[in-house]
Amino acid sequence: MPLDTNFTNQKFKQVGTRPLRPDGVDKVTGRAKYGADYNAPGQLIALVLRSPHAHAKIKKIDTSKAEKLAGVKAIITSADLPDLTAGDRGMRDILENCMARKKVLYDGHAVAAVAAIDQTTARKALKLIQVDYEMLPHVTDVDEALKPSAPVIHNDIFTEGVEPTPTKPSNNNKRASFGHGDIVQGFKDADVIVEHTYKTEQTHQGYIEPHACVANVSPDGQGELWVCTQGHFVYRNQCAALLGMDISKLRVTASEIGGGFGGKTHIWTEPLALALSRKANRPVKLTMTRDEVFRCSGPTSSTSIDMKIGAKKDGTITAAHGVLRYHGGAFPATWAEFGAMTAFACYDLKNVKSESIEVIVNRPKTAAYRAPSAPMAAFAVESAIDELAKKIGMDAVELRIKNAAKQGTQSSYGPVYGPIGIGATLEAAKNHAHMKAPLGKNQGRGMACGFWFNFGGQTCCDINVTPDGTVTVAVGTIDVGGSRASIGLMAAEELGLAYENVRVVIADTSSLGHNDMTDGSRGTFSTGMATIAAARNCIKVLCARAAKMWDIPEDAVVWEDGHAKPAGTNAGNFPPLSIKEIAAAAGNTGGPIAGHNELVADGAGVSFATHICDIEVDPETGRSTVKRYTVIQDAGKAIHPSYVEGQYQGGAAQGIGWALNEEYIYGKDGRLQNAGFLDYRIPVCSDLPFIDTMILEIPNPNHPYGVRGVGETSIVPPLAAIANAMSNAVGVRMTHIPMSPPRVLKAISNRKH
Amino acid sequence: MRYEAPETLKSAVTLLAKEKGLAFVLAGGTDLLVKMKGGFLEPDLVVDIKRIKGVFDIAKSATGFRIGAAVPGVQLGENAALVKAWPGVVEGANLIGSKQVQGRCTMVGNLCNGSPAADGVPALIAANAKVVISGPKGKRTIPVEQVPVSPGRISLKKGEIIEAILLPKRPANSSDAYLRFIPRTEMDIAVVSAAVNLTLDGKGTVKDARVVLGAVAPTIIVVPAAAKALIGSKLDAAALEKLAAACAAACKPIDDKRGTIEFRTKVAGVLARRAAEIAYKRAGGK
Repeated sequence: MPLDTNFTNQKFKQVGTRPLRPDGVDKVTGRAKYGADYNAPGQLIALVLRSPHAHAKIKKIDTSKAEKLAGVKAIITSADLPDLTAGDRGMRDILENCMARKKVLYDGHAVAAVAAIDQTTARKALKLIQVDYEMLPHVTDVDEALKPSAPVIHNDIFTEGVEPTPTKPSNNNKRASFGHGDIVQGFKDADVIVEHTYKTEQTHQGYIEPHACVANVSPDGQGELWVCTQGHFVYRNQCAALLGMDISKLRVTASEIGGGFGGKTHIWTEPLALALSRKANRPVKLTMTRDEVFRCSGPTSSTSIDMKIGAKKDGTITAAHGVLRYHGGAFPATWAEFGAMTAFACYDLKNVKSESIEVIVNRPKTAAYRAPSAPMAAFAVESAIDELAKKIGMDAVELRIKNAAKQGTQSSYGPVYGPIGIGATLEAAKNHAHMKAPLGKNQGRGMACGFWFNFGGQTCCDINVTPDGTVTVAVGTIDVGGSRASIGLMAAEELGLAYENVRVVIADTSSLGHNDMTDGSRGTFSTGMATIAAARNCIKVLCARAAKMWDIPEDAVVWEDGHAKPAGTNAGNFPPLSIKEIAAAAGNTGGPIAGHNELVADGAGVSFATHICDIEVDPETGRSTVKRYTVIQDAGKAIHPSYVEGQYQGGAAQGIGWALNEEYIYGKDGRLQNAGFLDYRIPVCSDLPFIDTMILEIPNPNHPYGVRGVGETSIVPPLAAIANAMSNAVGVRMTHIPMSPPRVLKAISNRKH
Repeated sequence: MRYEAPETLKSAVTLLAKEKGLAFVLAGGTDLLVKMKGGFLEPDLVVDIKRIKGVFDIAKSATGFRIGAAVPGVQLGENAALVKAWPGVVEGANLIGSKQVQGRCTMVGNLCNGSPAADGVPALIAANAKVVISGPKGKRTIPVEQVPVSPGRISLKKGEIIEAILLPKRPANSSDAYLRFIPRTEMDIAVVSAAVNLTLDGKGTVKDARVVLGAVAPTIIVVPAAAKALIGSKLDAAALEKLAAACAAACKPIDDKRGTIEFRTKVAGVLARRAAEIAYKRAGGK
């Protein structure tokens, strides 16, 4: 039965409460199994040989010495991974990223992999592999890569979106433009204009768990993969395609996930492990080191953004124009496009234009990072708006309220908004106690807004009633932030069961239909939708079985409070039947009881947030401390408020790290200098204040419970909110993220002179 | 790789002296084991010294303190007499790593790492601390600042082990302090650091001073000009300004992933000034 997905404003008994998450006890006691916790009998240990060079031709790889080493069972190079991608550029890039073919494109690019009986042997074998490189000039900076003098990384990239298409290859793979109105006229109408170039450095998602998998391919062509991922179905489909397997032959089981934030939406070493297993005819375990996670998984783009915004003296924004340059690492991508689409989404603008320029550099292939590309764009826009408010002499919140998008606004990226929460989060910020609290010496306050699209996608769900009347729910979206708890709550709500009587599991890829991965904040939104539908289908079966037990027509049975009841006195006078009673009789009424649903979850409601930040700066060292932080965000409906708050706090925490200290530092040689948590400085617990949260609920009309995704929007405002706070604290506009102590101290000294 | 855990210093020295390959001493292991696990070091011999008598002892005597080579950070912090006499030395050592690391890490290990950014070392040098070395040719005692040679290299010869650190007896009205700059609150490595050791006269005038900077040169450096700026003063603004200028002048830092030349030079003076103020107060100055 297709689900009527419209919001109905039903009264909830369980949704909105805060029971413990089903994975909680195992996680805090160490019992939970993460990627590297899987082991298979007879498994080999695999290690990957990686390029020390940023850009070089591979002239020759000699593995003969390594192959002779006792204990080495298989060695692969790109020759063992023939190109089966049949003209699909995206898949070819994934293949080439997993294993370099003719050239290495960044420091850390894989060139060969070894499977051996143990780690020591594998390590020795790596040292015996000889690779002859011919060094090529490299470029790692997003602006440098666009200069005519820059080395061209791919000679088959001709800028898309430019008329006529260039005849010369370049590092700019695509341009695009969004917006409406006439910005030239808009800037003419402005009384005040702010214009700056902003830069942000590359950051990593910083998940604590490294990528890990065990691959096992049998000679009969069937394979299994145990892996830490945000999307085991997508990993399955892509690995099968690259290895020339039927998709059905590869079964992927996802482990618990120790953080992903978009970084585990992409395959890196998994095809290598599968190819090694196939070649060695043994299970192969491959775990990335931390160094490898930094050098060769998928961090986010570094960016360079020109921003220009004009307004009337009364605060009306008359025109806004952004040019956004983002790099996709060593491969063509469209991350700048995401930035350009989200940049002005919070505002109702008459004249707006945002242009994206995609850049290729000698760095690892960029992957998604929580609301990918939006935080950097928001940094530029919200910084400029803050400065505009100062120039006009208007309160920064008031200026934003005056220009905020609302229902019916045509967004800068095209669609017309339905009911949205930007205005409500701004009003809440204006009235929040945080906004009125006094500031101490050397302290500054800033605020900023953020937007994210959210996503729905392909989803399915199986609900099975067990013989004792408790229920299992099998879903295909990885639980990255408590979704098993919220899905359990939704199933319990529909069925009228206690939350404790519902067990939610993540099914393997052979047990459920294809599910898109957990991205776009879609877990609770889309799997919740499928779960509600599956539960309603299950209720139909339960009612039919009760009808059989009572020997009355099926449509004379209704479902209330977890029981089947006769629809009225005409239907018969029977005492209600519980799920337990119906389940116990299932063997005599038609067999096992289940409910299924498959859907494409359309209508993911867009999400907005406003953040407020207080920061204190040591004027003699540039060191800063976030003193107070408040997140206000629209959740549509918070199914499990604790885990919604957790998402708000997590996004803010990552944003604070990004804003203040995290950055990829490349040397002149094109090598990454700080591939470890010692020198890639994510905040530790004591670096953060308690992050205060406020959940607003403006229902998404396209979800039966009103849910909007909540996972990503929380990382969009922090860069800007913290930069605004910092600029207010030191009296200089900060335009380069991260605002690390050396940068802040320099800005302070320049101000004095 | 061989692992040995001898029960006497003599046999430890013999094992190290005889090994033809790469040999390392293991005490807390908070550096060695991490490097081995990361594949950066592949020793042929590891000699664990924790079974040797006296290596966990902190002994107070008429001449000062003797701290055994395997004494971990947490034990230093729990020794009230040591904290009272040498608060700067202890606070430096207690900044190494995390709480868990503090249960294992040692000052001697920190010193033998040879890092110019070592948190456990500047205050030892400011304190005029010495190390007792056992080797194939017997024992010798040298000042702590003679141990590091260059980043990652130390002056110990093959077969030699540092068995203890000696801290001198304190005159009245003396104290010390250590400060490091890190962008975070913990779990980080010093971008710049400063240790100041002061002795005052009865009226609060600085009689004796020693100023040491970390992470601003290939080794940790003593800055005599900075000490001179303080001696004879009551830590007035002019003296502190001179101190900061002397520190900045002594810096020979590099630009790297942890900080810039400009930043390190500026902040070295700031930290030295702040450390001097703390030490002055601890010594009873007002």
